Amino acid sequence: MSFAVTAKSSVSASPAVEFRSVEKRYGQGPIILDAFSLSAAHGDFIALIGPSGCGKSTLLKLVAGLSPVSRGELIFSKSSATTRLANATGSSSASARDDLAYVFQEPTLLPWLTVAQNVALPLDLRAVPSAQRTALVRDALALVGLTPRADYYPRQLSGGQKMRVSIARALVLSPQILLLDEPFGALDEMTRDHLNEELLAIRERLRWTAFFVTHSVAEAVFLANRIIIMSANPGRLHREIRVDLPYPRTPATRRDPAYHRLVDEVSQLLRSIEDPATV
Amino acid sequence: MPRPKLLSVFLPALAGALFIAIWHFVRVSLSEDFRFLLPAPTEVITAFREHGDELWRATLNTTAGATLGFLAAVAVSFTLSLLLSLSPLVRVTFYPYLMLLQMTPIIVFAPILVLWVGPGLKSVTIITFLICFFPLAVNTTQGLVSTDRNLVELFRLYRATKFQEILRLRIPAALPFFFTGLRIAATLAPIGALVGDYTAGSSAGDGGGLGFQTIIYSSQAKYPALFATAAACCALGFIFVAGVLSLSWLTLHQWHDSYERADI
Repeated sequence: MSFAVTAKSSVSASPAVEFRSVEKRYGQGPIILDAFSLSAAHGDFIALIGPSGCGKSTLLKLVAGLSPVSRGELIFSKSSATTRLANATGSSSASARDDLAYVFQEPTLLPWLTVAQNVALPLDLRAVPSAQRTALVRDALALVGLTPRADYYPRQLSGGQKMRVSIARALVLSPQILLLDEPFGALDEMTRDHLNEELLAIRERLRWTAFFVTHSVAEAVFLANRIIIMSANPGRLHREIRVDLPYPRTPATRRDPAYHRLVDEVSQLLRSIEDPATV
Repeated sequence: MPRPKLLSVFLPALAGALFIAIWHFVRVSLSEDFRFLLPAPTEVITAFREHGDELWRATLNTTAGATLGFLAAVAVSFTLSLLLSLSPLVRVTFYPYLMLLQMTPIIVFAPILVLWVGPGLKSVTIITFLICFFPLAVNTTQGLVSTDRNLVELFRLYRATKFQEILRLRIPAALPFFFTGLRIAATLAPIGALVGDYTAGSSAGDGGGLGFQTIIYSSQAKYPALFATAAACCALGFIFVAGVLSLSWLTLHQWHDSYERADI
């Protein structure tokens, strides 16, 4: 496994993550993701939406380095340097993905650790000194409003609270890139709306670049500044919709006529993919 | 909550009293000639008093064999399970032999063992080890390979080392499985030591255990003493199981779903 690393200076304008004709297949299997090109600027909140099998979760795994790119390039840049991962590099690439966090569909907490210990896990695995650890965990728990639950075990929490812990764990290392794979899919609508608002409130304070996979059009429009609509078999970028609703967005945003127009537009585009006869 | 706790002491005590009453009733309903079949509770207590010293010594000997064999089985099975969990290839290679070990009839194996290491504590320990080993190895291995895939990916994402993954993820995740094996092994250990002592025990140097006493009492037709021996076996088994259950509770009750807590 070889990969070339090129460093440039003063590239604050360069994209945070850039896909260049990325292709993904597992072994000799069918193409999951075909010629996918996308450039995500620093601070972008990108929602990925599309029918199942369109490769949106695979896309997150590629960014996370949990699975290697089959063809094409995936390029990361920090504010000071660009790291280029040439095609077919492994998941072991060093510094480029240090500032990356993943929120899975399920809370994925360790049941034998308390809330605070779960949030501290990324710090433990990287041997962060304990004085610093305590402060970082406290801040992350405060961000998601779970300070009073620090010593609870996961099974003592509700579904929404568990997801909050999962988010706090992702944020504890102050990531530059945040990957969210349908994190609120299993929650009831009230809780989901609430957590969406919280996520945007946190974003006002910590500016990450987010990739958010979802099945909910309303959620995508509410959160993202860019919505990528994908089609399946093989997974392709179908259309991109820009969401120009201003941040910070609040519950009032959901009553904005512009919000409803966008929800309608994205819904129709999605329907046209799922049923080609109506195109 | 005092009420359920009181009930959980009172009800078993009541059942015990009822059991002894039925025992007594069955005995007195037997004709005089057949009463030797079922000694009275008082006769068993007398037998305890008469054979107290030798029963106590035998119980200690059996406890030693059971404990040593049990602990050896835990240590060896845990190490082996870690190795087995590393690769499916290793599992496929060694699993049939693990099964074979379980199939080995102890009754047949005992004389061979006596030939190899001589009768007494060594043989009893090895037989207990053999009986406890399989459920421990199978359950622990199963636990080590059943780790939630998402958790494994999480550890990979944070670039945990293989050592961190095993120590901080796979082993704690395997604990509930391990304790399932441990509970089974705890019920088997005293039985294993008893069977071991029965088939490969030795009275040399007061080394006989409860199994050995069983042979002696039955050959002398001391039936109340046999009942006392059975009671000692039960007590030993109870201590083993209670010990493991307590350990399991201490380790798991805070986080594992098998211990539902009412105060949540």
